[in-house]
Amino acid sequence: MNQNASTAGTKPAKDAKPEAMQTLELTDNEATVGQCFTDKPKMSMRNVNVFYEDKQAIHDVSVDIAKNEVIAMIGPSGCGKSTFLRSLNRMNDTVDGCRVEGKICMDGEDLYAPKLDVVELRARVGIVFQKPNPFPKSIYDNVAYGPKLHGLADSRVDLDEIVEKSLRKASLWDEVKERLHQAGTGLSGGQQQRLYIARAIAVSPEMILMDEPCSALDPIATAKIEELIEELSENFTIAIVTHSMQQAARVSHRTAYFHLGRLIEVNPTEQVFTMPAHRLTEAYITGRFG
Amino acid sequence: MSKSVDNLEKIRKSLSRRNRAEKRFRLYGVTAVLIGLAAVMLLFTDIVSKGHGAFRIAYLQLDITYDQDLIGIDNLTDPQQLALGNWQAMPKVALRNQFPDVSGRKDKRSLYGLVSNGAGFDLKDRLLENPLLLGDSETLWVLADDDIDTYYKSWLDGEPYDARLTAKQVAWIHELHDQGKLRLQFNSNLFTRGDSREPEQAGIRGAVMGSLLTLILTLLLSFPIGVSAAIYLEEFAPKNAWTDFIEVNINNLAAVPSIIFGLLGLAIFINFFHVPRSVPIVGGLVLTLMTLPTIIITSRAAIKSVPPSIREAALGMGASKYQMVLHHVLPLALPGMLTGAIIGMAQALGESAPLLMIGMVAFIVDIPGGFSDPATVLPVQIFLWADSPERAFIEKTSAAIMVLLSFLIIMNTSAVWLRKRLERRW
Repeated sequence: MNQNASTAGTKPAKDAKPEAMQTLELTDNEATVGQCFTDKPKMSMRNVNVFYEDKQAIHDVSVDIAKNEVIAMIGPSGCGKSTFLRSLNRMNDTVDGCRVEGKICMDGEDLYAPKLDVVELRARVGIVFQKPNPFPKSIYDNVAYGPKLHGLADSRVDLDEIVEKSLRKASLWDEVKERLHQAGTGLSGGQQQRLYIARAIAVSPEMILMDEPCSALDPIATAKIEELIEELSENFTIAIVTHSMQQAARVSHRTAYFHLGRLIEVNPTEQVFTMPAHRLTEAYITGRFG
Repeated sequence: MSKSVDNLEKIRKSLSRRNRAEKRFRLYGVTAVLIGLAAVMLLFTDIVSKGHGAFRIAYLQLDITYDQDLIGIDNLTDPQQLALGNWQAMPKVALRNQFPDVSGRKDKRSLYGLVSNGAGFDLKDRLLENPLLLGDSETLWVLADDDIDTYYKSWLDGEPYDARLTAKQVAWIHELHDQGKLRLQFNSNLFTRGDSREPEQAGIRGAVMGSLLTLILTLLLSFPIGVSAAIYLEEFAPKNAWTDFIEVNINNLAAVPSIIFGLLGLAIFINFFHVPRSVPIVGGLVLTLMTLPTIIITSRAAIKSVPPSIREAALGMGASKYQMVLHHVLPLALPGMLTGAIIGMAQALGESAPLLMIGMVAFIVDIPGGFSDPATVLPVQIFLWADSPERAFIEKTSAAIMVLLSFLIIMNTSAVWLRKRLERRW
């Protein structure tokens, strides 16, 4: 482990500036530090590179995600954390000119194998985006959409049950049970985002990806979502991208720090925020850039 | 401190200048709108003032006798007798009875000129509907000749136009008017009859039916094809040189003069595929070609305006691309697509040039009953009437324009209404 880390954040920044700037340069082929790998990973990525046309967005990332783990991905804007997250359920397929190299496996199954059906993959790995975007349908239909799509419910009663269960899990049930058939767009921002999560978990995925799920929400709504993430981690594996370090610190078990498309450090969250192993991580969490 | 006061001073100065600029800008806008409105008002007043007369037409009251010997008929079921019958004799005799002191060939002929030369056939139709009238007589309002109609209306308006009438005819007209035997009635012929060489018998029914049939075919063909093309190009097609090329060409097609589509239709549908000319089928095909680019472009714009977040959310839920389009994109884009289609249809309704090329300019009296009957359309009918020498066609032309405009207004209003109705907010 890097010894500099223990003295983090106490230097007077002004005097050290030129020196610090120099050490913050990213050198080529720098390996990820920290605990990247686990014994029985839910998902494992090896040497993943992602390109947009000729521009490389992700450089050689290898990391594992354990079952029922909450892993947070942090880093400055444009560091590739969202791109990386989206490559986990092949949402990048929808982007023209996007190419993914390397190996991404879930339970040992290659997600980029030609015979794999992305529709099935996305049913197993749900995704929640930054902007709450309920379909312009009723609350009920929003949640029922996924189960209907995949034919998960055998009857109307079954479907009702799935909808109720999902809304309960997303701790939205009590607020909306009286108006299930009103438009989902009429909910508040925080409720919409929980509706989004309810919609994602209605198909019982194995893993949920969240791309800055709270960035459009006020602190109270954010607190509710964070609480929810903690509850969900009992049943699901969660990967969350966030630009709020406090949020990462509050909800995640492990934190991954991305910088300019490279995975710099992966370590248990507490350790990342108290004793970062890499000088760039330290610089980021102490607010020297980002 | 003084610096900030300075700045405030500068801001205030520039503020009044900016406010003046804004006022000026608004004034330009208001002027532009007023000019537009004035142009529309001018158009409407001109057309309405010219055309309103066509909705009423002069009728003469005559004592008609359904005289078997006069007509030369004894059996109303014999088609040959019906075809040869001297029907026009009935109004002629009635006129002679009305003005018994008229003698001499010339005077008689000008007397007969008071009634429409289709009046006899109207009486025949009435007789066929009520066969018991044969041998009987009744007092009826009979359609007057167009010259009488023109004179009578212009006289009522205070500017008599008698260039096409003899002095005697004018005298008869006034006599009839004084006796209350000449009056203007609602011109139902305008809406129930096809075209005719005689202005008083000409109607727009044929043209309206022709337009309707042509438009139905255009809509049935261009909407599904246009929307499918738009969906494919927007959602499924890879973005490459090919699709760029296609896009440029579609945009070009939208700007091609419509008469070119008529030439294309003539060359391909009529000369190559031997579709009969002058029929709504070929008209619909040509207008489909013309409307397609409009529908494709507006549909693509409607699809583009669906927020990408909805697409991502649907795909993220595990919807296939087809399901995403069917469940989310299409319902949200539909109002825009429908608006585009209606605007395209309105364009097609007002189009005459391409139809001239495929023979829909023919003089057609019969009202088309199907897609393969020879037909003409409203704008072409307007063109034909505007080209006719009879003075009575002037007001008819304007009346037909009024009908066409009201169709267009109805279509455009329904486009707005549909959009408001179907629009969903998110």
